[in-house]
Amino acid sequence: MNDPTPNLGSANSPVNWPGSSSANSAGDSPTAGEAGENTAVSLRDVVRHFGRFAALRGITADFAPGRLYVLLGENGAGKSTLLRVIAGLLAPSRGSVRVLGSPDIRSVATRFGYMGHAPLLYDEMSAIENLEYFAALYGITERARCEQAIRTVGLEPALQRRVGQYSQGMRQRISLARAIVHRPELLFLDEPFSNVDVRSARQMTQLLGHMRDQGRTIFVVTHQAAIVEPVADECIVLDQGRLVAREQGIPARLLNPYLAGEPAAKVAAPQIEAQPGEREAES
Amino acid sequence: MTTEAMSTKATRTEAIGTAPGFWSIARRSLVKDLRLEWRSKDAINSMLFFALLVVVIFSFGFDPTAEESRKIAGGLLWVAILFATVVALGQTWTRELRNQVLDAYRLSPAPPQALFLAKAVGNFIFVSILEVLMVPLFVVFYNLRSVGPLWQLLVVGLLATWALVVNGTFFAALSIRTRSREIMLPLILFPISIPALLAMVDATTSILTGDNSPIFWIRLLAVYDLVFTAVSLILFEVVLSAE
Repeated sequence: MNDPTPNLGSANSPVNWPGSSSANSAGDSPTAGEAGENTAVSLRDVVRHFGRFAALRGITADFAPGRLYVLLGENGAGKSTLLRVIAGLLAPSRGSVRVLGSPDIRSVATRFGYMGHAPLLYDEMSAIENLEYFAALYGITERARCEQAIRTVGLEPALQRRVGQYSQGMRQRISLARAIVHRPELLFLDEPFSNVDVRSARQMTQLLGHMRDQGRTIFVVTHQAAIVEPVADECIVLDQGRLVAREQGIPARLLNPYLAGEPAAKVAAPQIEAQPGEREAES
Repeated sequence: MTTEAMSTKATRTEAIGTAPGFWSIARRSLVKDLRLEWRSKDAINSMLFFALLVVVIFSFGFDPTAEESRKIAGGLLWVAILFATVVALGQTWTRELRNQVLDAYRLSPAPPQALFLAKAVGNFIFVSILEVLMVPLFVVFYNLRSVGPLWQLLVVGLLATWALVVNGTFFAALSIRTRSREIMLPLILFPISIPALLAMVDATTSILTGDNSPIFWIRLLAVYDLVFTAVSLILFEVVLSAE
């Protein structure tokens, strides 16, 4: 396959990684879990306080590379906080975080991408101007690579409109393009499907599945589990700052907890004992 | 290592990007800031209107002779520029907080000092533009004529402007996450700027009146600039990574 125009224009079309000539080219895939990196992310007794409020209460977990993890839970369960702690945007109040084998997140900054609640884009600049700037922060200067990242998320790089004039869904897509323009092997996505129409969300899911197949590790925080279910390897359920369940795929009872009348975290039967340090966090 | 393995490793290194160069990032961040300001004109407009108001109000408030004007113009000019600079400095970082863009920078491997330098140089350009527009107005409103050498005024202008923006950029970054950052910035900045303000006012007055040599004050400004530039560059990483 040598299709130079990867995009999300069709739900059934193959999706290529930006800049790759082949979806499965070995050279383009990260060799996740290389020497000394048996886990993509390792958490040990991670506690995070905001004042007296404990947002994370002693989370201990290891996440293998090359898998797509879906973080579920009610509002305030600690999903976004956990993602921000792993990405280094928040320091844990206690405990340790290792990302790609390193306790120093800055040393692996070129190897992960993050898409937050906010788009992390300048409203006054166009999509390509935004991507060129953020790609430059990673030492990437080729405009073609930025254009291809924009095409990968289903938008047109020639669009001159400023990002502030985009719809919310388009901003989400450009935000995803920003997060993947440097081809990270680890990707953190916080609510990537919010305000995105169903068709676009499915196309984004297809892209995520393809990236996972290339060996990349992906964490997705979402309330729309059904959208990401086809590509999910494992779901992580948080409740009040605790990791209460880990399951393969996404069980049917978690796909649409609203229909079941219970929030996701309540539906999931607690499978993990209280973590060390939990009592201290609560006190 | 086999050729294939080396090839794969090389491709992977290319794929995930490389550590960006300091000057490259600083230049791109500066161009980005200039572009954003050109499109929004947030800082320039607010600075200009503020400084213009100060000049006009002062001119109504005082009715000095030519000799008196030379003695007070230095103080009036730099106070007007200081206040206008504070207005612009707030805008500098506010646009980085919109959409949490600063988080994208924090996540990247780009050196924090490059962002600081770009911001400071950008503010230097904005304030310099303001000065170029304001000085002729001062000359007209206060009927100014310099007795001392004019080239010294240029040196004082450059050093004094850098003193204001390097401190201002740093303390504006420090105060962006506080609730009342509009009040916090002048509260922190003005006391720290007193030595520089004293030097720039006395140097300007010395040149305008020709009474004293401004060399001591120019040297003081140069030392102030060096010290605060170095301290700001060293400490900015801590400020940027603060939650």
